[in-house]
Amino acid sequence: MSATTTIRLAAGSDNQALTASLFIAVVILTVGITFWASRQNHSTADYYAAGRSFTGPQNGLAVAGDYMSAASFLGISGAIALSGYDGFLYSIGFLVAWLVALLLVAELLRNSGRFTMADQLAYRMRQTPVRTAAATSTVVVSIFYLLAQMVGAGALVTLLLGVTSEGAKNWVIVGVGLLMIFYVTVGGMKGTTWVQIVKAVLLMAGTILITFLVLLHFHFNISEMLGSAVEKTGKPNFLDPGLKYGVSTTSKIDFVSLSLALVLGTAGLPHILIRFYTVPTAKTARTSVLWAIGLIGFFYLMTLVLGFGAAALLNTGPDSAVAKSTGNLASPLLAEEVGGGAGSFGGAVLLAFIAAVAFATILAVVAGLTLTSASSVAHDIYANVIKKGKATEKQEINVARGAAFGIGFIAIMLAIPAQKLNIAFLVALAFAVAASANLPSLIMNLFWRRFNTRGAVWSIYGGLISSVGLVVFSPVVSGKVNPVTGESASLFGLGTDFHWFPLDNPGIVSIPIGFLLGYLGTITSRDTTSEDRFDELEVRALTGAGSEKAIVH
Amino acid sequence: MTEPVTRHGEPPSAERHALYQELHASADFHDLRKRYRSFAIPWTVAFLAWYLLYVVCSNWATGFMSTDLVGNINVALVFGLLQFLSTFVIAWMYSRHANKQLDPIAARLDETYIRESGNQEGVR
Repeated sequence: MSATTTIRLAAGSDNQALTASLFIAVVILTVGITFWASRQNHSTADYYAAGRSFTGPQNGLAVAGDYMSAASFLGISGAIALSGYDGFLYSIGFLVAWLVALLLVAELLRNSGRFTMADQLAYRMRQTPVRTAAATSTVVVSIFYLLAQMVGAGALVTLLLGVTSEGAKNWVIVGVGLLMIFYVTVGGMKGTTWVQIVKAVLLMAGTILITFLVLLHFHFNISEMLGSAVEKTGKPNFLDPGLKYGVSTTSKIDFVSLSLALVLGTAGLPHILIRFYTVPTAKTARTSVLWAIGLIGFFYLMTLVLGFGAAALLNTGPDSAVAKSTGNLASPLLAEEVGGGAGSFGGAVLLAFIAAVAFATILAVVAGLTLTSASSVAHDIYANVIKKGKATEKQEINVARGAAFGIGFIAIMLAIPAQKLNIAFLVALAFAVAASANLPSLIMNLFWRRFNTRGAVWSIYGGLISSVGLVVFSPVVSGKVNPVTGESASLFGLGTDFHWFPLDNPGIVSIPIGFLLGYLGTITSRDTTSEDRFDELEVRALTGAGSEKAIVH
Repeated sequence: MTEPVTRHGEPPSAERHALYQELHASADFHDLRKRYRSFAIPWTVAFLAWYLLYVVCSNWATGFMSTDLVGNINVALVFGLLQFLSTFVIAWMYSRHANKQLDPIAARLDETYIRESGNQEGVR
């Protein structure tokens, strides 16, 4: 980040003190919630699924909170501020995706699983291979997502607190990592969910406030705001599709690929899926998705106002603070602007508030992701693969806590070098892996009697390897040159070029591979044992007969 | 505390297996599955097709999408907002369908399961 940006943001030390105290307030609040929630963690069902005792609206807020990550909040409004209409395309894919979760996945999974994504497959497949495969893809998807959030935290915190040295940035990442380990080991699912609910309320409140102030500025006339955005940016096509993705046929196909990953990825994200186990029945799982759709839809409509509002009110030119942060600072700076502008008291308060909300968002989402990975390691790998189901609940919870430490440590170690990577890219990659490795086997397991262990294992590993592998050989990793600056736009510098896959987004190839390998694996195997329990799975998924019930304390 | 089926993947007791088979063969269950699938599958195809149409138009029908409708509000923006609207409407329709058409049958089958599998199963 440039020195001028830092100076501008850190203009007054009073502002920094205000921001810092709000950040500390967020930390104290979430730590308090975690201690409070930890009192009820006795059994595995408490630790992994909060005793299945949340109501539909509560879980809906938590689901929405998990989904409205830093990438959504800062990323989408920033993308709109910089790329105009093409930024809006993201939010549409992210929202429509919820219909897949609502119609095909949420209720059936709630009825047929227990704690993890793998449970539903393991219901009728051989335990060791499917649990190992599903746990692997759970951890991979969650770590990509986790890295995106931690890199975002590093950038946001260091920038808003006026810290510039690399060492200080790394310490912020370490601090976020330690906090998330604390939430997960102490609070379990209950603590993590309450942190998520509180954050979702704060985020909605903050966004509503800024949206209202932006609309007030334009006399509640959307057309006027859009017109000002075109004028201020000096881009006549700002409101039309194609500014970012319409450059060439390759970029258009890349956009189709991205769209597929967005719309099919949500229902395969492990940290979203395990939220459906925190409610007592399939009906409450449905209610939580409905609440989530309402909240997320409303939120994305507001980010539309924030994005175009930022384009209309802030400097978004190539040398601006917004552009240099690849859009991530559009919302916080817009808050400062509508609060009275830089240097004013109102501007400072709103900037600090929105920054603190973004920080709370990151903390809550990283906690949810770490819990998901730790649950899968403890429940799938330790309890079922290694101990063959003979572990006690106490042992299992201890392993989950240990796994949270391990995953937290790995995430910290990976996030420090990953600071060079684009946040939106990491999130899009997590969606692509989820859509390729997780969704095909979940859907085929519920709707295809013949589907068997080999099909599930091929589908998961095939989707996982093809999506990650194609990215390794894509322009994201090597061989892309920024046409304006002539610098490398890839992970590797100029001179290293081993890319042969033309697209940034692998979904258009890897999602069909996931489905195809599920089909081929199934038909080439003579294993029919999984068919025996398909009737059972179907009855249980659709009626809830024999499904896991809530824990009464 | 919890049943061993999902936990260890061991085959369930013969009686429970028979009970699930019995429920699966019932007219109620066939009705439930038909009602669920006849909503979920066509509507999934429909909203995916509608979404892909939007993606394709954003890519290859930019002239049409850039047409101004009212003031600075163009077809692309309205089309995008219609995706929001259709998502809300389909979610609402599904919830109504599930509450009225699916839940009563599912509850009936679940009650049968609880009754016939004995108290320890249902209460747990």
